[in-house]
Amino acid sequence: MSITEQQAVTTAMAIAEVERLRADFPILGEQVNGHPLVYLDSAATSQRPTRVMDAERDFAEHRNSAVHRGAHTLAAEATELFENARATVARFIGARENEIVWTSNATEALNLVAYSFSNASLGRGGADAERFRLGAGDEIVVTEMEHHANLVPWQELAARTGATLRVIGLNDDGTLRMDEAAAVIGERTRLVCFTHVSNVLGTINPVEQLVALARGVGALVVLDACQSAPHRPLDVVALGVDFAAFSGHKMLGPTGVGVLYGRAELLDAMPPFLTGGSMITTVTLEGAAYLPAPQRFEAGTQRVSQAIALATAVDYLNEVGIDRIHHWESALGQRLVEGLEQIPGVRVLGPAAGVDRAGLASFVFDGVHAHDVGQYLDDLGIAVRVGHHCAQPLHRRFGVTASTRASTYLYTTPDEVDAFLDGVRGVGSFFGVGSSGTAR
Amino acid sequence: MSSGLEGLYQEVIMDHSRRPHGQGLKDGQVAESRQINPTCGDEITLRVHAGEAGIASISWEGHGCAISQASASLLSDLIVDLDAQAVRERIAAFRELMRSRGELEGDDELLGDAIVLGGVSRYVARVKCAMLAWVALEDALQRVEP
Ligand SMILES: Cc1ncc(COP(=O)(O)O)c(C=O)c1O
Repeated sequence: MSITEQQAVTTAMAIAEVERLRADFPILGEQVNGHPLVYLDSAATSQRPTRVMDAERDFAEHRNSAVHRGAHTLAAEATELFENARATVARFIGARENEIVWTSNATEALNLVAYSFSNASLGRGGADAERFRLGAGDEIVVTEMEHHANLVPWQELAARTGATLRVIGLNDDGTLRMDEAAAVIGERTRLVCFTHVSNVLGTINPVEQLVALARGVGALVVLDACQSAPHRPLDVVALGVDFAAFSGHKMLGPTGVGVLYGRAELLDAMPPFLTGGSMITTVTLEGAAYLPAPQRFEAGTQRVSQAIALATAVDYLNEVGIDRIHHWESALGQRLVEGLEQIPGVRVLGPAAGVDRAGLASFVFDGVHAHDVGQYLDDLGIAVRVGHHCAQPLHRRFGVTASTRASTYLYTTPDEVDAFLDGVRGVGSFFGVGSSGTAR
Repeated sequence: MSSGLEGLYQEVIMDHSRRPHGQGLKDGQVAESRQINPTCGDEITLRVHAGEAGIASISWEGHGCAISQASASLLSDLIVDLDAQAVRERIAAFRELMRSRGELEGDDELLGDAIVLGGVSRYVARVKCAMLAWVALEDALQRVEP
Protein backbone atom coordinates (compact mmCIF):
# COMPACT_ATOMS: atom_id res chain seq x y z
CA MET A 1 0.00 0.00 0.00
CA SER A 2 1.45 3.38 -1.00
CA ILE A 3 1.56 6.29 1.41
CA THR A 4 -1.17 8.18 -0.39
CA GLU A 5 -3.38 5.10 -0.41
CA GLN A 6 -2.76 4.69 3.28
CA GLN A 7 -3.70 8.28 3.87
CA ALA A 8 -6.82 7.87 1.83
CA VAL A 9 -7.79 4.85 3.91
CA THR A 10 -7.09 6.44 7.26
CA THR A 11 -8.82 9.68 6.36
CA ALA A 12 -11.97 8.25 4.80
CA MET A 13 -15.12 8.50 6.90
CA ALA A 14 -15.91 5.28 8.72
CA ILE A 15 -18.89 4.08 10.66
CA ALA A 16 -17.40 4.93 14.07
CA GLU A 17 -17.06 8.56 13.08
CA VAL A 18 -20.55 8.65 11.57
CA GLU A 19 -22.00 7.22 14.78
CA ARG A 20 -20.22 9.99 16.67
CA LEU A 21 -21.58 12.64 14.30
CA ARG A 22 -25.09 11.26 14.65
CA ALA A 23 -25.01 12.15 18.32
CA ASP A 24 -24.88 15.81 17.20
CA PHE A 25 -28.30 15.45 15.52
CA PRO A 26 -30.95 15.00 18.21
CA ILE A 27 -33.73 14.19 15.75
CA LEU A 28 -31.91 11.07 14.57
CA GLY A 29 -32.76 9.50 17.93
CA GLU A 30 -36.52 9.82 17.32
CA GLN A 31 -38.88 6.86 17.15
CA VAL A 32 -41.40 6.90 14.32
CA ASN A 33 -44.35 4.49 14.30
CA GLY A 34 -42.60 2.36 16.90
CA HIS A 35 -39.33 2.12 14.97
CA PRO A 36 -36.10 4.10 15.16
CA LEU A 37 -36.30 6.85 12.55
CA VAL A 38 -34.44 6.03 9.33
CA TYR A 39 -34.23 9.43 7.70
CA LEU A 40 -33.65 9.11 3.97
CA ASP A 41 -35.06 12.44 2.83
CA SER A 42 -32.08 14.76 3.18
CA ALA A 43 -32.32 15.83 -0.46
CA ALA A 44 -35.63 17.49 0.46
CA THR A 45 -34.35 18.94 3.70
CA SER A 46 -31.45 17.92 5.91
CA GLN A 47 -31.37 17.59 9.68
CA ARG A 48 -29.58 20.08 11.93
CA PRO A 49 -26.81 19.52 14.44
CA THR A 50 -27.33 21.02 17.91
CA ARG A 51 -24.62 23.54 17.17
CA VAL A 52 -26.64 25.08 14.33
CA MET A 53 -29.75 25.35 16.49
CA ASP A 54 -27.64 26.84 19.28
CA ALA A 55 -26.24 29.46 16.91
CA GLU A 56 -29.75 30.78 16.17
CA ARG A 57 -30.69 30.74 19.82
CA ASP A 58 -27.43 32.35 20.89
CA PHE A 59 -27.98 35.18 18.46
CA ALA A 60 -31.53 35.72 19.69
CA GLU A 61 -30.41 35.70 23.32
CA HIS A 62 -27.33 37.87 23.05
CA ARG A 63 -27.01 39.76 19.78
CA ASN A 64 -30.45 40.22 18.25
CA SER A 65 -30.52 43.44 16.28
CA ALA A 66 -31.08 44.70 12.76
CA VAL A 67 -28.00 44.69 10.50
CA HIS A 68 -26.65 47.58 8.45
CA ARG A 69 -28.93 49.95 10.36
CA GLY A 70 -28.16 51.88 13.49
CA ALA A 71 -24.93 52.37 15.39
CA HIS A 72 -25.53 50.85 18.81
CA THR A 73 -23.32 48.04 20.05
CA LEU A 74 -25.69 45.17 19.34
CA ALA A 75 -26.35 46.44 15.82
CA ALA A 76 -22.64 46.62 15.14
CA GLU A 77 -22.04 43.12 16.53
CA ALA A 78 -24.97 41.67 14.62
CA THR A 79 -23.70 43.27 11.42
CA GLU A 80 -20.26 41.81 11.96
CA LEU A 81 -21.62 38.30 12.57
CA PHE A 82 -23.86 38.61 9.52
CA GLU A 83 -20.98 39.67 7.28
CA ASN A 84 -18.65 37.03 8.73
CA ALA A 85 -21.30 34.46 7.86
CA ARG A 86 -21.26 35.73 4.29
CA ALA A 87 -17.48 35.37 4.18
CA THR A 88 -17.70 31.80 5.49
CA VAL A 89 -20.19 30.80 2.82
CA ALA A 90 -18.16 32.60 0.14
CA ARG A 91 -14.99 30.68 1.05
CA PHE A 92 -16.94 27.42 1.05
CA ILE A 93 -17.64 27.75 -2.69
CA GLY A 94 -14.51 29.62 -3.75
CA ALA A 95 -16.22 32.99 -4.15
CA ARG A 96 -15.59 36.50 -2.81
CA GLU A 97 -17.79 38.04 -0.12
CA ASN A 98 -19.41 40.61 -2.38
CA GLU A 99 -20.49 37.79 -4.69
CA ILE A 100 -22.80 36.18 -2.12
CA VAL A 101 -26.40 37.40 -1.88
CA TRP A 102 -28.65 36.10 0.90
CA THR A 103 -32.07 34.98 -0.27
CA SER A 104 -34.90 33.00 1.33
CA ASN A 105 -33.98 29.84 -0.53
CA ALA A 106 -32.67 28.66 -3.90
CA THR A 107 -36.04 29.31 -5.51
CA GLU A 108 -35.83 32.97 -4.61
CA ALA A 109 -32.20 33.13 -5.75
CA LEU A 110 -33.15 31.83 -9.21
CA ASN A 111 -36.13 34.16 -9.40
CA LEU A 112 -33.87 37.05 -8.44
CA VAL A 113 -31.75 36.43 -11.53
CA ALA A 114 -34.81 35.95 -13.72
CA TYR A 115 -36.51 39.13 -12.49
CA SER A 116 -33.33 41.15 -12.74
CA PHE A 117 -33.04 40.11 -16.39
CA SER A 118 -36.70 40.87 -16.81
CA ASN A 119 -36.27 44.36 -15.36
CA ALA A 120 -33.26 44.92 -17.59
CA SER A 121 -35.40 43.88 -20.54
CA LEU A 122 -37.87 46.61 -19.58
CA GLY A 123 -35.02 49.08 -19.88
CA ARG A 124 -34.02 49.29 -16.22
CA GLY A 125 -30.36 49.40 -15.25
CA GLY A 126 -29.16 51.76 -17.95
CA ALA A 127 -26.37 51.00 -20.39
CA ASP A 128 -24.65 48.65 -17.93
CA ALA A 129 -27.60 46.30 -18.07
CA GLU A 130 -27.58 46.03 -21.86
CA ARG A 131 -26.12 42.52 -21.70
CA PHE A 132 -29.07 41.29 -19.60
CA ARG A 133 -31.76 42.48 -22.01
CA LEU A 134 -33.77 39.72 -23.64
CA GLY A 135 -36.27 39.88 -26.45
CA ALA A 136 -37.68 38.03 -29.43
CA GLY A 137 -34.99 35.97 -31.10
CA ASP A 138 -33.06 35.37 -27.88
CA GLU A 139 -33.00 31.91 -26.37
CA ILE A 140 -32.82 30.53 -22.82
CA VAL A 141 -31.63 26.94 -22.55
CA VAL A 142 -32.67 24.55 -19.76
CA THR A 143 -32.63 20.77 -19.41
CA GLU A 144 -35.37 18.18 -19.11
CA MET A 145 -34.14 17.14 -15.65
CA GLU A 146 -34.63 20.51 -13.92
CA HIS A 147 -36.40 21.01 -10.63
CA HIS A 148 -39.41 23.29 -11.20
CA ALA A 149 -37.43 26.00 -9.37
CA ASN A 150 -34.94 26.08 -12.22
CA LEU A 151 -37.52 25.75 -14.95
CA VAL A 152 -40.64 27.78 -14.22
CA PRO A 153 -38.76 31.09 -13.58
CA TRP A 154 -37.16 30.73 -17.04
CA GLN A 155 -40.48 29.88 -18.66
CA GLU A 156 -41.87 33.04 -17.11
CA LEU A 157 -38.87 35.12 -18.13
CA ALA A 158 -39.25 33.89 -21.70
CA ALA A 159 -42.96 34.69 -21.65
CA ARG A 160 -42.34 38.20 -20.31
CA THR A 161 -39.56 39.08 -22.73
CA GLY A 162 -40.53 37.23 -25.89
CA ALA A 163 -37.43 35.04 -25.69
CA THR A 164 -37.67 31.34 -26.55
CA LEU A 165 -37.07 28.50 -24.11
CA ARG A 166 -35.04 25.58 -25.51
CA VAL A 167 -34.54 22.24 -23.81
CA ILE A 168 -31.69 19.75 -23.67
CA GLY A 169 -33.18 16.25 -23.48
CA LEU A 170 -32.08 13.18 -21.56
CA ASN A 171 -30.67 9.78 -22.45
CA ASP A 172 -32.37 6.68 -21.06
CA ASP A 173 -29.58 6.33 -18.50
CA GLY A 174 -30.45 9.71 -16.99
CA THR A 175 -27.55 11.65 -18.48
CA LEU A 176 -27.89 14.80 -20.55
CA ARG A 177 -27.87 14.42 -24.32
CA MET A 178 -24.65 16.29 -24.93
CA ASP A 179 -25.10 15.98 -28.72
CA GLU A 180 -28.35 17.86 -28.28
CA ALA A 181 -26.68 20.38 -25.94
CA ALA A 182 -24.14 21.17 -28.64
CA ALA A 183 -26.94 21.65 -31.18
CA VAL A 184 -29.30 23.64 -28.94
CA ILE A 185 -26.72 26.05 -27.50
CA GLY A 186 -26.07 28.44 -30.36
CA GLU A 187 -25.72 32.03 -31.50
CA ARG A 188 -29.13 33.01 -30.12
CA THR A 189 -28.49 31.53 -26.66
CA ARG A 190 -28.21 34.15 -23.92
CA LEU A 191 -28.64 32.02 -20.79
CA VAL A 192 -27.94 28.38 -20.03
CA CYS A 193 -29.57 27.13 -16.82
CA PHE A 194 -29.01 23.64 -15.49
CA THR A 195 -28.60 21.64 -12.33
CA HIS A 196 -25.23 20.40 -11.14
CA VAL A 197 -26.71 17.22 -9.66
CA SER A 198 -30.21 15.93 -10.40
CA ASN A 199 -32.42 15.76 -7.30
CA VAL A 200 -34.25 12.77 -8.80
CA LEU A 201 -31.74 10.82 -10.89
CA GLY A 202 -28.57 11.50 -8.94
CA THR A 203 -26.86 12.27 -12.25
CA ILE A 204 -23.80 14.52 -12.02
CA ASN A 205 -23.80 16.84 -14.99
CA PRO A 206 -20.65 17.78 -16.95
CA VAL A 207 -20.56 21.41 -15.85
CA GLU A 208 -17.26 22.23 -17.58
CA GLN A 209 -18.51 21.00 -20.95
CA LEU A 210 -21.74 22.94 -20.69
CA VAL A 211 -19.90 26.07 -19.56
CA ALA A 212 -17.56 25.72 -22.55
CA LEU A 213 -20.54 25.50 -24.91
CA ALA A 214 -22.11 28.58 -23.32
CA ARG A 215 -18.85 30.52 -23.38
CA GLY A 216 -18.44 29.68 -27.03
CA VAL A 217 -21.58 31.64 -27.86
CA GLY A 218 -21.23 34.33 -25.17
CA ALA A 219 -24.12 33.04 -23.05
CA LEU A 220 -24.28 33.30 -19.25
CA VAL A 221 -24.54 30.19 -17.08
CA VAL A 222 -26.86 29.67 -14.11
CA LEU A 223 -26.04 26.62 -11.99
CA ASP A 224 -28.58 25.06 -9.66
CA ALA A 225 -26.23 23.88 -6.92
CA CYS A 226 -28.94 22.72 -4.47
CA GLN A 227 -27.85 19.09 -4.62
CA SER A 228 -24.13 19.71 -5.01
CA ALA A 229 -23.11 22.46 -2.56
CA PRO A 230 -24.23 20.41 0.48
CA HIS A 231 -22.62 17.18 -0.68
CA ARG A 232 -19.43 17.70 -2.70
CA PRO A 233 -16.64 20.22 -3.10
CA LEU A 234 -17.89 23.14 -5.16
CA ASP A 235 -15.65 25.81 -6.65
CA VAL A 236 -17.74 28.23 -8.65
CA VAL A 237 -14.72 30.04 -10.04
CA ALA A 238 -12.99 26.86 -11.20
CA LEU A 239 -16.26 25.71 -12.79
CA GLY A 240 -16.60 29.07 -14.51
CA VAL A 241 -20.32 29.51 -13.86
CA ASP A 242 -21.78 33.03 -13.73
CA PHE A 243 -24.48 32.33 -11.14
CA ALA A 244 -25.15 29.55 -8.66
CA ALA A 245 -28.04 28.99 -6.26
CA PHE A 246 -28.50 26.76 -3.21
CA SER A 247 -30.55 26.48 -0.02
CA GLY A 248 -29.38 26.49 3.60
CA HIS A 249 -31.92 23.92 4.78
CA LYS A 250 -30.41 21.25 2.55
CA MET A 251 -26.94 21.66 4.10
CA LEU A 252 -27.56 21.29 7.85
CA GLY A 253 -28.77 24.89 8.07
CA PRO A 254 -32.15 26.37 8.95
CA THR A 255 -35.01 27.14 6.60
CA GLY A 256 -35.48 30.73 5.46
CA VAL A 257 -31.99 31.29 4.11
CA GLY A 258 -30.54 30.57 0.69
CA VAL A 259 -27.66 31.80 -1.38
CA LEU A 260 -27.17 33.36 -4.77
CA TYR A 261 -23.63 33.44 -6.04
CA GLY A 262 -23.03 35.85 -8.93
CA ARG A 263 -19.81 37.11 -10.45
CA ALA A 264 -19.21 40.56 -8.94
CA GLU A 265 -18.97 42.24 -12.31
CA LEU A 266 -22.41 40.93 -13.25
CA LEU A 267 -24.16 41.56 -9.95
CA ASP A 268 -22.94 45.15 -9.89
CA ALA A 269 -24.44 45.77 -13.32
CA MET A 270 -27.77 44.04 -12.80
CA PRO A 271 -30.90 46.01 -11.91
CA PRO A 272 -32.46 45.09 -8.56
CA PHE A 273 -35.30 42.62 -8.10
CA LEU A 274 -36.89 43.51 -4.74
CA THR A 275 -36.60 47.18 -3.82
CA GLY A 276 -37.02 49.22 -0.65
CA GLY A 277 -34.93 49.84 2.43
CA SER A 278 -31.29 48.82 2.89
CA MET A 279 -30.51 48.55 -0.82
CA ILE A 280 -30.25 52.25 -1.75
CA THR A 281 -27.74 55.09 -1.56
CA THR A 282 -29.97 58.12 -2.13
CA VAL A 283 -33.73 58.30 -2.40
CA THR A 284 -35.78 61.26 -3.55
CA LEU A 285 -39.49 61.36 -4.19
CA GLU A 286 -38.76 60.83 -7.85
CA GLY A 287 -36.31 57.98 -7.75
CA ALA A 288 -33.45 56.13 -6.11
CA ALA A 289 -29.85 55.13 -6.63
CA TYR A 290 -28.77 51.66 -5.60
CA LEU A 291 -25.97 50.21 -3.54
CA PRO A 292 -23.58 47.83 -5.24
CA ALA A 293 -24.02 44.07 -4.77
CA PRO A 294 -24.69 42.28 -2.54
CA GLN A 295 -26.74 44.95 -0.67
CA ARG A 296 -28.47 45.92 -3.90
CA PHE A 297 -30.26 42.58 -3.77
CA GLU A 298 -30.97 42.48 -0.04
CA ALA A 299 -33.96 44.76 0.37
CA GLY A 300 -35.63 44.97 3.74
CA THR A 301 -34.72 43.63 7.15
CA GLN A 302 -32.56 40.58 6.73
CA ARG A 303 -32.70 36.98 7.96
CA VAL A 304 -29.81 37.43 10.34
CA SER A 305 -29.99 34.46 12.72
CA GLN A 306 -30.56 32.10 9.80
CA ALA A 307 -27.51 33.39 7.92
CA ILE A 308 -25.36 33.01 11.04
CA ALA A 309 -26.68 29.51 11.62
CA LEU A 310 -25.99 28.62 8.00
CA ALA A 311 -22.37 29.69 8.46
CA THR A 312 -22.23 27.47 11.55
CA ALA A 313 -23.50 24.60 9.40
CA VAL A 314 -20.78 25.33 6.86
CA ASP A 315 -18.18 25.27 9.65
CA TYR A 316 -19.52 21.87 10.63
CA LEU A 317 -19.26 20.58 7.05
CA ASN A 318 -15.73 21.97 6.80
CA GLU A 319 -14.66 20.26 10.01
CA VAL A 320 -15.86 16.90 8.76
CA GLY A 321 -14.50 17.71 5.30
CA ILE A 322 -16.77 18.11 2.29
CA ASP A 323 -14.52 15.85 0.23
CA ARG A 324 -14.83 13.06 2.79
CA ILE A 325 -18.60 13.58 2.97
CA HIS A 326 -18.72 13.27 -0.80
CA HIS A 327 -16.93 9.91 -0.73
CA TRP A 328 -19.06 8.58 2.10
CA GLU A 329 -22.26 9.47 0.25
CA SER A 330 -21.03 8.18 -3.10
CA ALA A 331 -20.55 4.77 -1.50
CA LEU A 332 -24.03 4.96 0.03
CA GLY A 333 -25.46 5.92 -3.37
CA GLN A 334 -23.85 2.85 -4.92
CA ARG A 335 -25.15 0.66 -2.11
CA LEU A 336 -28.65 2.02 -2.71
CA VAL A 337 -28.60 1.38 -6.45
CA GLU A 338 -26.90 -2.01 -6.25
CA GLY A 339 -29.52 -3.11 -3.72
CA LEU A 340 -32.48 -1.70 -5.62
CA GLU A 341 -31.38 -3.25 -8.91
CA GLN A 342 -31.56 -6.70 -7.30
CA ILE A 343 -35.19 -6.32 -6.20
CA PRO A 344 -37.74 -7.83 -8.60
CA GLY A 345 -40.22 -5.27 -9.91
CA VAL A 346 -37.98 -2.28 -9.17
CA ARG A 347 -36.80 0.10 -11.89
CA VAL A 348 -34.18 2.65 -10.89
CA LEU A 349 -34.37 6.03 -12.63
CA GLY A 350 -30.94 7.37 -13.54
CA PRO A 351 -27.44 5.95 -13.76
CA ALA A 352 -26.95 2.21 -13.22
CA ALA A 353 -24.84 0.75 -10.43
CA GLY A 354 -21.14 1.36 -10.99
CA VAL A 355 -21.69 4.75 -12.61
CA ASP A 356 -20.80 7.84 -10.56
CA ARG A 357 -23.90 9.29 -8.90
CA ALA A 358 -24.96 11.32 -5.91
CA GLY A 359 -25.93 9.61 -2.66
CA LEU A 360 -29.54 9.23 -3.65
CA ALA A 361 -31.70 6.98 -5.80
CA SER A 362 -35.24 7.13 -7.16
CA PHE A 363 -37.21 4.15 -8.39
CA VAL A 364 -40.59 2.93 -9.51
CA PHE A 365 -42.11 -0.31 -8.29
CA ASP A 366 -44.11 -2.18 -10.95
CA GLY A 367 -47.75 -2.31 -9.95
CA VAL A 368 -47.39 -0.27 -6.74
CA HIS A 369 -47.79 3.49 -6.74
CA ALA A 370 -44.99 5.52 -5.11
CA HIS A 371 -47.42 6.89 -2.53
CA ASP A 372 -48.17 3.38 -1.37
CA VAL A 373 -44.48 2.41 -1.32
CA GLY A 374 -43.78 5.47 0.84
CA GLN A 375 -46.66 4.66 3.19
CA TYR A 376 -45.40 1.12 3.65
CA LEU A 377 -41.87 2.36 4.41
CA ASP A 378 -43.21 5.06 6.75
CA ASP A 379 -44.89 2.34 8.79
CA LEU A 380 -41.37 0.96 9.35
CA GLY A 381 -40.08 4.37 10.44
CA ILE A 382 -38.34 4.93 7.11
CA ALA A 383 -38.76 8.47 5.74
CA VAL A 384 -38.47 8.74 1.95
CA ARG A 385 -39.86 11.18 -0.58
CA VAL A 386 -42.66 10.13 -2.93
CA GLY A 387 -44.22 11.96 -5.82
CA HIS A 388 -42.73 13.95 -8.67
CA HIS A 389 -40.08 15.67 -6.50
CA CYS A 390 -40.89 18.98 -8.25
CA ALA A 391 -39.68 17.53 -11.54
CA GLN A 392 -42.76 16.65 -13.56
CA PRO A 393 -41.16 16.92 -17.02
CA LEU A 394 -38.39 14.56 -15.91
CA HIS A 395 -40.90 11.98 -14.71
CA ARG A 396 -42.89 12.34 -17.93
CA ARG A 397 -39.68 11.69 -19.86
CA PHE A 398 -39.39 8.33 -18.10
CA GLY A 399 -43.06 7.52 -18.60
CA VAL A 400 -44.12 7.79 -14.98
CA THR A 401 -45.90 10.40 -12.86
CA ALA A 402 -44.28 9.60 -9.54
CA SER A 403 -41.33 7.80 -8.00
CA THR A 404 -39.92 6.98 -4.58
CA ARG A 405 -36.61 8.58 -3.60
CA ALA A 406 -34.14 7.68 -0.85
CA SER A 407 -31.45 10.27 -0.21
CA THR A 408 -28.51 10.22 2.18
CA TYR A 409 -26.22 12.63 3.98
CA LEU A 410 -23.13 12.52 6.15
CA TYR A 411 -25.12 11.03 9.03
CA THR A 412 -26.60 8.15 7.02
CA THR A 413 -25.30 4.67 7.83
CA PRO A 414 -25.00 1.61 5.57
CA ASP A 415 -27.34 -0.15 8.02
CA GLU A 416 -30.00 2.45 7.30
CA VAL A 417 -29.61 1.88 3.57
CA ASP A 418 -29.97 -1.86 4.22
CA ALA A 419 -33.07 -1.31 6.37
CA PHE A 420 -34.56 0.67 3.51
CA LEU A 421 -33.69 -2.07 0.99
CA ASP A 422 -35.28 -4.69 3.26
CA GLY A 423 -38.34 -2.49 3.44
CA VAL A 424 -38.58 -2.22 -0.34
CA ARG A 425 -38.25 -6.01 -0.56
CA GLY A 426 -41.40 -6.30 1.53
CA VAL A 427 -43.46 -4.02 -0.72
CA GLY A 428 -44.30 -6.65 -3.35
CA SER A 429 -45.79 -9.17 -0.96
CA PHE A 430 -47.66 -6.58 1.11
CA PHE A 431 -49.40 -5.14 -1.95
CA GLY A 432 -49.78 -8.55 -3.56
CA VAL A 433 -47.87 -7.95 -6.75
CA GLY A 434 -45.48 -10.43 -8.30
CA SER A 435 -42.18 -9.53 -9.89
CA SER A 436 -43.99 -9.06 -13.22
CA GLY A 437 -46.09 -6.35 -11.66
CA THR A 438 -49.34 -8.25 -12.08
CA ALA A 439 -51.74 -8.85 -9.24
CA ARG A 440 -51.47 -12.26 -7.65
CA MET B 1 -61.40 -0.92 12.44
CA SER B 2 -58.00 -2.58 12.49
CA SER B 3 -55.09 -0.31 13.22
CA GLY B 4 -51.84 0.41 11.42
CA LEU B 5 -51.09 -0.27 7.83
CA GLU B 6 -53.60 -3.12 7.60
CA GLY B 7 -56.30 -0.69 8.68
CA LEU B 8 -55.36 1.57 5.80
CA TYR B 9 -54.93 -1.08 3.14
CA GLN B 10 -57.87 -3.32 3.93
CA GLU B 11 -58.50 -6.27 1.65
CA VAL B 12 -61.60 -4.60 0.17
CA ILE B 13 -59.52 -1.55 -0.72
CA MET B 14 -56.77 -3.62 -2.30
CA ASP B 15 -59.34 -5.56 -4.35
CA HIS B 16 -60.93 -2.37 -5.62
CA SER B 17 -57.57 -0.84 -6.47
CA ARG B 18 -56.52 -3.89 -8.46
CA ARG B 19 -59.82 -4.27 -10.30
CA PRO B 20 -61.51 -0.89 -10.15
CA HIS B 21 -65.20 -0.47 -10.98
CA GLY B 22 -66.45 2.27 -13.26
CA GLN B 23 -63.06 2.70 -14.89
CA GLY B 24 -63.08 3.67 -18.54
CA LEU B 25 -64.77 6.84 -19.75
CA LYS B 26 -68.19 6.34 -21.32
CA ASP B 27 -69.82 8.61 -23.89
CA GLY B 28 -73.01 10.55 -23.34
CA GLN B 29 -71.98 12.41 -20.20
CA VAL B 30 -73.87 15.45 -18.94
CA ALA B 31 -70.78 16.80 -17.20
CA GLU B 32 -67.12 16.08 -16.78
CA SER B 33 -64.42 17.15 -14.35
CA ARG B 34 -60.66 16.67 -14.32
CA GLN B 35 -58.87 16.90 -11.00
CA ILE B 36 -55.19 16.75 -10.14
CA ASN B 37 -53.48 16.18 -6.83
CA PRO B 38 -50.59 18.62 -7.20
CA THR B 39 -48.45 17.05 -4.49
CA CYS B 40 -48.13 13.72 -6.25
CA GLY B 41 -49.37 14.36 -9.80
CA ASP B 42 -52.24 11.88 -9.51
CA GLU B 43 -55.18 12.70 -11.72
CA ILE B 44 -58.70 11.69 -12.58
CA THR B 45 -61.22 12.53 -15.27
CA LEU B 46 -64.74 11.77 -14.16
CA ARG B 47 -68.00 11.86 -16.13
CA VAL B 48 -71.57 12.02 -14.90
CA HIS B 49 -74.23 10.13 -16.87
CA ALA B 50 -77.88 11.12 -16.55
CA GLY B 51 -80.81 8.79 -15.94
CA GLU B 52 -84.41 8.94 -14.78
CA ALA B 53 -83.55 9.56 -11.11
CA GLY B 54 -81.18 12.30 -12.10
CA ILE B 55 -77.81 10.66 -12.11
CA ALA B 56 -77.57 7.15 -13.51
CA SER B 57 -73.87 6.47 -13.04
CA ILE B 58 -70.36 7.81 -13.26
CA SER B 59 -67.40 6.69 -15.33
CA TRP B 60 -63.79 7.67 -14.82
CA GLU B 61 -60.23 7.34 -15.99
CA GLY B 62 -57.09 8.19 -14.09
CA HIS B 63 -54.02 7.03 -12.32
CA GLY B 64 -52.84 7.18 -8.77
CA CYS B 65 -52.16 5.26 -5.60
CA ALA B 66 -54.14 2.32 -4.28
CA ILE B 67 -56.22 4.63 -2.09
CA SER B 68 -57.25 7.00 -4.87
CA GLN B 69 -58.05 4.18 -7.28
CA ALA B 70 -60.06 2.22 -4.71
CA SER B 71 -61.90 5.36 -3.70
CA ALA B 72 -62.96 6.10 -7.29
CA SER B 73 -64.06 2.49 -7.65
CA LEU B 74 -66.11 2.53 -4.43
CA LEU B 75 -67.68 5.82 -5.49
CA SER B 76 -68.75 4.25 -8.78
CA ASP B 77 -70.53 1.48 -6.87
CA LEU B 78 -72.31 4.06 -4.75
CA ILE B 79 -73.57 6.36 -7.48
CA VAL B 80 -76.31 4.34 -9.13
CA ASP B 81 -79.63 6.00 -9.98
CA LEU B 82 -79.57 8.77 -7.42
CA ASP B 83 -80.83 12.32 -7.55
CA ALA B 84 -78.35 15.17 -7.25
CA GLN B 85 -79.32 15.91 -3.67
CA ALA B 86 -78.64 12.33 -2.60
CA VAL B 87 -75.26 12.44 -4.32
CA ARG B 88 -74.36 15.65 -2.53
CA GLU B 89 -75.33 14.13 0.80
CA ARG B 90 -73.02 11.21 0.17
CA ILE B 91 -70.13 13.47 -0.78
CA ALA B 92 -70.66 15.50 2.39
CA ALA B 93 -70.76 12.36 4.54
CA PHE B 94 -67.58 11.07 2.96
CA ARG B 95 -65.79 14.38 3.48
CA GLU B 96 -66.83 14.37 7.12
CA LEU B 97 -65.49 10.84 7.50
CA MET B 98 -62.20 11.84 5.87
CA ARG B 99 -61.78 14.77 8.21
CA SER B 100 -62.50 12.71 11.32
CA ARG B 101 -58.92 11.57 12.07
CA GLY B 102 -60.16 8.11 12.85
CA GLU B 103 -62.92 9.33 15.18
CA LEU B 104 -65.91 8.35 13.01
CA GLU B 105 -67.09 4.96 11.81
CA GLY B 106 -68.89 6.30 8.78
CA ASP B 107 -72.56 5.92 7.88
CA ASP B 108 -72.89 2.75 5.81
CA GLU B 109 -76.47 3.59 4.84
CA LEU B 110 -75.12 6.60 3.00
CA LEU B 111 -71.66 5.40 2.04
CA GLY B 112 -72.01 1.65 1.60
CA ASP B 113 -68.68 -0.13 1.23
CA ALA B 114 -66.87 3.21 0.98
CA ILE B 115 -66.75 3.32 4.80
CA VAL B 116 -63.75 0.99 4.58
CA LEU B 117 -61.83 4.09 3.56
CA GLY B 118 -62.38 5.47 7.07
CA GLY B 119 -58.87 4.32 8.03
CA VAL B 120 -57.44 6.88 5.61
CA SER B 121 -58.60 9.67 7.91
CA ARG B 122 -55.80 8.76 10.34
CA TYR B 123 -53.27 9.55 7.63
CA VAL B 124 -53.77 13.23 7.00
CA ALA B 125 -51.36 13.21 4.04
CA ARG B 126 -53.51 10.61 2.28
CA VAL B 127 -56.93 12.23 2.68
CA LYS B 128 -56.45 14.09 -0.59
CA CYS B 129 -55.87 10.77 -2.37
CA ALA B 130 -59.18 9.42 -1.09
CA MET B 131 -61.03 12.65 -1.86
CA LEU B 132 -59.83 13.05 -5.46
CA ALA B 133 -62.72 11.24 -7.20
CA TRP B 134 -65.32 12.74 -4.85
CA VAL B 135 -64.06 16.24 -5.49
CA ALA B 136 -64.24 15.54 -9.22
CA LEU B 137 -67.85 14.41 -8.84
CA GLU B 138 -68.73 17.45 -6.75
CA ASP B 139 -67.18 19.72 -9.37
CA ALA B 140 -68.97 17.93 -12.23
CA LEU B 141 -72.30 18.18 -10.41
CA GLN B 142 -72.01 21.95 -10.29
CA ARG B 143 -71.92 21.93 -14.04
CA VAL B 144 -74.99 19.73 -14.46
CA GLU B 145 -77.51 22.08 -12.95
CA PRO B 146 -77.94 25.81 -13.19
C1 LIG C 1 -32.20 20.57 -7.60
C2 LIG C 1 -33.05 21.49 -6.78
N1 LIG C 1 -33.27 22.75 -7.19
C3 LIG C 1 -34.02 23.61 -6.49
C4 LIG C 1 -34.61 23.25 -5.31
C5 LIG C 1 -35.44 24.27 -4.58
O1 LIG C 1 -34.96 24.52 -3.32
P1 LIG C 1 -35.83 25.42 -2.32
O2 LIG C 1 -37.18 24.79 -2.28
O3 LIG C 1 -35.10 25.32 -1.03
O4 LIG C 1 -35.86 26.78 -2.88
C6 LIG C 1 -34.43 21.94 -4.85
C7 LIG C 1 -35.05 21.46 -3.59
O5 LIG C 1 -36.20 21.21 -3.44
C8 LIG C 1 -33.63 21.04 -5.60
O6 LIG C 1 -33.43 19.78 -5.19
